[in-house]
Amino acid sequence: MATDEKQPIVQFKGILKRFGNVVAVEKMDFDIEEGSLVTLLGPSGCGKTTLLRMVAGLEEPTEGDIFIKGIRINDTPIHKRNLGMIFQNYALFPHKTIFDNVAFGLKYRDVSKEEVNKKVTRALEMVRLPGVENRMPSQLSGGQQQRIAMARAIVIEPDVLLMDEPLSALDENLREEMRREVDNLQQMLGVTTIFVTHDQREALSMSDKILVMKDGKKQQEGKPETVYNEPANHFVADFLGHSNFILGEVVDVDDHHVTVKIETGDILFAENKGGFSKSDQVEMIVRAQRFDAFPKDEFKPVEGMNHFQGRIKDRSYMGGEVSYFIELGTDREIHVISMMRTRIYDIGEEVSVQVSPHHCHLILIE
Amino acid sequence: MRPKSWKPWALLAPSMSAVFLLLVIPLCFVVVYSFWLRAPSGADIPAFQFGNYAKFFEDFFYPKILIRTIRISFETVILCVFMGYIPAYFFYRSESRYKKAFLLLIMLPFWVSFIIRTMSWINIMGDSGLINHFLLKIGLIQSPISMLYNEFTVLMGLIMYLLPFMVLNIYVSLEGIDKSLLEAARCMGCTEWQAFREVTLPLSLPGVSAGCLLVFVLTAGTYLPPMILGGPGNEMIANLIFKRIVGTLDWPFGSAISVILLSLLFVIVWTYNRYLGINQIFKSLQGN
Repeated sequence: MATDEKQPIVQFKGILKRFGNVVAVEKMDFDIEEGSLVTLLGPSGCGKTTLLRMVAGLEEPTEGDIFIKGIRINDTPIHKRNLGMIFQNYALFPHKTIFDNVAFGLKYRDVSKEEVNKKVTRALEMVRLPGVENRMPSQLSGGQQQRIAMARAIVIEPDVLLMDEPLSALDENLREEMRREVDNLQQMLGVTTIFVTHDQREALSMSDKILVMKDGKKQQEGKPETVYNEPANHFVADFLGHSNFILGEVVDVDDHHVTVKIETGDILFAENKGGFSKSDQVEMIVRAQRFDAFPKDEFKPVEGMNHFQGRIKDRSYMGGEVSYFIELGTDREIHVISMMRTRIYDIGEEVSVQVSPHHCHLILIE
Repeated sequence: MRPKSWKPWALLAPSMSAVFLLLVIPLCFVVVYSFWLRAPSGADIPAFQFGNYAKFFEDFFYPKILIRTIRISFETVILCVFMGYIPAYFFYRSESRYKKAFLLLIMLPFWVSFIIRTMSWINIMGDSGLINHFLLKIGLIQSPISMLYNEFTVLMGLIMYLLPFMVLNIYVSLEGIDKSLLEAARCMGCTEWQAFREVTLPLSLPGVSAGCLLVFVLTAGTYLPPMILGGPGNEMIANLIFKRIVGTLDWPFGSAISVILLSLLFVIVWTYNRYLGINQIFKSLQGN
């Protein structure tokens, strides 16, 4: 192909889904590039699962078209779309052996018997569970069952792998391990994957691209870094990570900085990324981790940085880091997560907080 | 002994004693009676002899009724499976708001006496029943066709009585199937029919199997449909017992027939459980 851009393998064009009077997915356009792992992220009920199920054919879009490899698949029956689906509850067939579970899709795909044996063995090796062919699903642990579900989905070499919150039924430690495993497997096979989750850590760590959704509407799409560092709106900033929101008005704009006067009357600077002009109403978003806290008497302000004075109001020790709520004079408080480069501050202690304009992200308030 | 090991037994005692008093003891009576002698005068004489059993197998008359009973039971089971699976599956797949109401309709017949329900067929299929009346009226026939009092009507009565048991048993096991299993099968390349064969059908077998067992046992022990809707040649074993005990007051022989029926059913049920592998099916469903 002559184009530099990778060809999108899955395309949503004006997709809309209604259940009765409820709009589950609002008119949406979205492209997924071949070989990438795309996460649909959002709180429950945001339409992410519905979007996934429409790709699989388990739901029909009310309006709009879905294309896979450039072919419109709206009317292609489920069993003729070459897709691998992984369910939250594994959905292994309880009455079939592991071999029959994994070989299931091949049975309907004209594959010779030796070929089936070879493929099943290889798939089980890929998910690092060789030799369990003759067991029943109920004899395996939850994590193992999810691996079998993965083997079952990849053995048919699907065009797109669909995962519906595949890790949320697992416990914390196992989830971490499986997350890396899914990631490795996806990269090894290079299979285009759509991954539905409400877990931001899963989304941030695995994705090539994240689509953040809320109430059936697309909030933002982009690389994990973009979505995290440059949230398009309040919701995205709030949903991903711990953010501080400070309301204010733009009082000056120069080449490098946007100067914002915040509610308390303080003047703060944000890096000028364009798009703001004087007297715009803005919301400044600062990640809790971007602040540095110093003991008040040791603090030497750095030119061009934003700084506050405050008092530790509350703190929680979380092992690797400490989470502080710092009171800034009038009933305004900020959330600071500190990696403990110095020491743990006491409640009531006076501190100075500093943040670089580079980490102050502005969004317009309409 | 653990301090509170008596507790479950104490809690079980009321129901256990009810079962013992109302089921086990009467059954023992029946077994004891079956060995007694019946004097020509009609009096029952306590004894221990196998004359009543010998009498049953003396010629082909009684065994023939037993065999017929088993045959009709099998026929009823098979018809109920086919006639019951379809509505059960319909309820399972239905997304109607009235699904619960439909299910209630299945239970509705239980609220009307079984005898009345069985008798009502006489009003429908009898010589002066609805069907004959209608056919005479439109002039299709000149004299009533006799439709009642044959094995077909007996089977009809039995199915009317037993179908709800089958439907409910199958429905419950269908409802227990995780719908994502079907979706998984569809995504992997099954048509709807193939997915039914691969997933729904095998996973609903425990319900089918429980329904079959229930229908079989209930058919083998029933006497009302053959009595009301059957002819002289359609007697089943329970009719025979009824006649011996209520009709001729021959308790010893009636009891012997009961024990024979009971033993036969026991053997059939035991074999069924053992070889149809119900336990295996249940085992594979565990943990899901």
